[in-house]
Amino acid sequence: MRRRDGLSMIYLDNAATSWPKPACVNEAITRYLSDVGASPGRSGHRLANEAERIRFDAREAVAGLLGVRDPMRVVFMSNATAAINLVLRGLLPPGAHVVTTGMEHNAVLRPLRALEQDGVSVSIAPCRTDGTMEAPSIEALIRPQTRLIAAIHASNVCGTILPIREIGALAREHGIPLLVDATQTAGCLPIDLAADNIDLLAFTGHKGLLGPTGTGGLAIGDDFDVGQLPPLICGGTGSRSEEEVQPDLLPDKYEAGTPNILGLAGLAASARHVLACGVEDMMQRERALTGRLIEGLREIVGVRVLGTLDASRQTAVVSFTIDGLPVSDIAHRLDEEFDIMCRPGLHCAPRAHRTLGTLPGGTVRLAAGPFTTESEIEAAIEAVGALAR
Amino acid sequence: MSDFAVILVHTTSDAIHAERVLKRAGLAVKLIPTPRRLSSDCGSAVRIDAGDRAESERLLGEANVSIDRIEPPAS
Repeated sequence: MRRRDGLSMIYLDNAATSWPKPACVNEAITRYLSDVGASPGRSGHRLANEAERIRFDAREAVAGLLGVRDPMRVVFMSNATAAINLVLRGLLPPGAHVVTTGMEHNAVLRPLRALEQDGVSVSIAPCRTDGTMEAPSIEALIRPQTRLIAAIHASNVCGTILPIREIGALAREHGIPLLVDATQTAGCLPIDLAADNIDLLAFTGHKGLLGPTGTGGLAIGDDFDVGQLPPLICGGTGSRSEEEVQPDLLPDKYEAGTPNILGLAGLAASARHVLACGVEDMMQRERALTGRLIEGLREIVGVRVLGTLDASRQTAVVSFTIDGLPVSDIAHRLDEEFDIMCRPGLHCAPRAHRTLGTLPGGTVRLAAGPFTTESEIEAAIEAVGALAR
Repeated sequence: MSDFAVILVHTTSDAIHAERVLKRAGLAVKLIPTPRRLSSDCGSAVRIDAGDRAESERLLGEANVSIDRIEPPAS
């Protein structure tokens, strides 16, 4: 990837945030700033209406990518973490029980640990050392008090995909809602809320959806009754202004306060871009790169690659270690000597690293994106090879 | 007899949703500030030709667009 200042670098940190963004994202943000500028939902003048159209474009495109039929059931928030907090805090009163997995990110585990202080009990379904699991290991932990199952769609550490559809099917059998953390998968894997048995899905706009940071939210399944999920934040919405209580209308119920319309302008463009390119096609392309990366890294003596080692069972996130080298040194040298951007450490997911057996040292994570080339993958393999020698 | 009818909605998202559905069907629509005498629910409303009222209702129902009501009431 060549930056506009002419510097060449290999960006393999797409699991943290995707970069570069499609050119249309730049254009949409510039257009909003130059020509629109207004806040959606707050006035009826033409610029406010235009801003609301932009927000609707984003809603519609994201709904299309997640298999949500009613765009009003896509709620925008500042990020996936906010959406996860909304659901966990809203659905788990004191005395409630929740089942989650051994591959979770702290976005799920930290709110749950906080809720434990209020009398919520948490069970963690174990995963194998490659991050895989089967739905019955969740079912075994369900109790009469279980109010929610919360599962990550794919690991942000090693990319392993969890059997969300099967977990959702058993959640339905038990009448328990399923929350999916799709931070690593929205825009990267085909998702259909209804077919995948998902009630609530937290997404971020700035990774696989290729939009700006500060965008994300919650997609709500058709059968989920939002009456049971109170808002986390109350305030102005532009609707029902005569009332001092939060309206029960979607999406306003969960969208109090001025939205990040600048970010949503970018997300509207990026999500349409992903729709036009096709999630399936983008996934196949990234799978080819991921397969080659896994293969190339595994051929290097002293390198250990985590996860299933099967590109068809994971996202484009590859974690590895090199015998005898701290991961921070590896990442620093990849940056300084090879112009390769990656992320070392625990990736905000100590539980996943515990499952993978990579505590406390952590791993180095290489994450390809839609703009990653084959030659960049070869260069990364060569660089890791040079460090391992 | 007015030449226009006004679709009142609960949220501005619904207003845009309605506008989008009706525009795609080729109807003449315009977003207007909600006349205060009609509602304080939402800042924007959707103005349509009075003659398109029945067709609009059908289209919005098919697309599952949530609306409050259409003014003036059907005679």
